[in-house]
Amino acid sequence: MARPCKAYIAGAYEHPTRHAVEQSVAQLHAEVARGALADAGLSKDDVDGYFCAGDAPGLGGLSMVEYMGLDVRYTDSTDTGGSAYVVHLGHAAEAIAAGKCSVALITLAGRPRMAARGPLPDYGNDTPDIAFETPFNQNIVNNYAMAAMRHRHEYGTTAEQLAWIKVAASHHAQHNEHAMRREVVTVEDVVNSPMIADPLHRLDCCVISDGGGALVVVSPEIAKSLGARHWDRCVKVLGQGEAVKHTDRGRIDLTYTGGVKSAAIAFAEANLTPADIDMVTIYDSFTITVLITLEDLGFCEKGQGGRFVSDGNLISGVGKLPFNTDGGGLCNNHPSNRGSMTKIIEATRQVRGEAHPNVQVPDCTFALAHGTGGLIATRLCSATAILGRNDA
Amino acid sequence: MSAQNSGNQYPDYPVPNPALDAQPFWDGTAVGKLLLKRCGDCGETHYYPRAICPHCFSSETEWYEATGRGTIYSFSVMRRAPVPYVIAYVALEEGVTMMTNIVDCDFDALAIDDEVEVVFHPIDGGFSLPLFTPVAA
Ligand SMILES: [Zn+2]
Repeated sequence: MARPCKAYIAGAYEHPTRHAVEQSVAQLHAEVARGALADAGLSKDDVDGYFCAGDAPGLGGLSMVEYMGLDVRYTDSTDTGGSAYVVHLGHAAEAIAAGKCSVALITLAGRPRMAARGPLPDYGNDTPDIAFETPFNQNIVNNYAMAAMRHRHEYGTTAEQLAWIKVAASHHAQHNEHAMRREVVTVEDVVNSPMIADPLHRLDCCVISDGGGALVVVSPEIAKSLGARHWDRCVKVLGQGEAVKHTDRGRIDLTYTGGVKSAAIAFAEANLTPADIDMVTIYDSFTITVLITLEDLGFCEKGQGGRFVSDGNLISGVGKLPFNTDGGGLCNNHPSNRGSMTKIIEATRQVRGEAHPNVQVPDCTFALAHGTGGLIATRLCSATAILGRNDA
Repeated sequence: MSAQNSGNQYPDYPVPNPALDAQPFWDGTAVGKLLLKRCGDCGETHYYPRAICPHCFSSETEWYEATGRGTIYSFSVMRRAPVPYVIAYVALEEGVTMMTNIVDCDFDALAIDDEVEVVFHPIDGGFSLPLFTPVAA
């Protein structure tokens, strides 16, 4: 018997640009919205719910709803950084189940490469933690580097093990015509690239790119009304979970993320376990993000991530757990410095059987998409979604 | 690539813009004291300091002076910077861990669990940053 689900992903679209010289941010949002709606076989007038995060210009979703000429009865602009779109996917499914909307549009777009934004977003002086972090020249890479250093200290995780994550991403990116970095790299290439913040090298870090992506999430009734061609491509949202983790009043533990909780919630809702998952897409801001996340999601024991990712275990067709088969943030793209939208899109391609033939996971029934938003060594929101093939 | 700071070889430090309930922390560092907050109800110290105890939500929080000693919980040498520096989390003797920099040492000789002690580094605006340096063996 087919598994129940609250909602389906009917449309998914990734912007092909990696360098938006001429488009405005609002235009990019509208372009990805148009792409996802066309993919779903729906029009903008079908949209009755709109979801976006801080990359959307204006107050919440108001400016973009106006720009696109939408008429919505539900909006959610929850911003958890790069994980926001996995959060939105879950919120959209809940809103649909509650009858608050039936066609939810989620957009992400940005042009950080054109805008050359500063090292950290400015959340304003009222943010209580800023005075205790900013003066010490915290930035994104040295924040994640501290988590990597602690992981190395506790579990002996090596630079070579971290490098395998980038190697796997590069093996996938070679087949992605839109990827920013298509060259296949070796473990030696990664560990010999310049050190940015110990122990993270340049090739342990994701790319900076412009672009965006969008999803159309619909009720089961709408999904079934789309006609056979679209219905067969609808992807089940089987489970979703989110969890905020922070500095815990000063009892800091950098060895895990909110993924421990978010994955447990998502797996319970989907009634699945890590052993059921055919492939994963994990927001790979840095190699260490993937390694810690794989442990937190339950694909290996805590501390065994280094061993798990080694020897090509994340390479499609080679290892046991194909990951980021589009090349991920490490090689493909990283629009608006927020990585979880493209993770959902690639997981959707895999479950539809529409990934590039050289990276398509055979008989891909269940895929997991995961985002980490915020900063791993201070405060973050982890979000996990489990997707299933239409007939799963 | 060996690196250390001494003399003027410090990075530019952004000036803090503290919230009202954190101002005493910066008043303390300006006169060479590392102040923490402890709860008068549950007895727990928390960090960063707040008006309301994040352990029990009591408003009976009080400032007290830390010993200024601790160990490195984690750190990273920021190499790709005009002046390399060490970002770190230091686990204080009082049981809380704070973000800081490790200074005045051979960065390449640092290790997690090294014993460190606070030093106060004056910056613009009358502020002084609580940084840490290894305790001489
Ligand atoms: Zn208390």
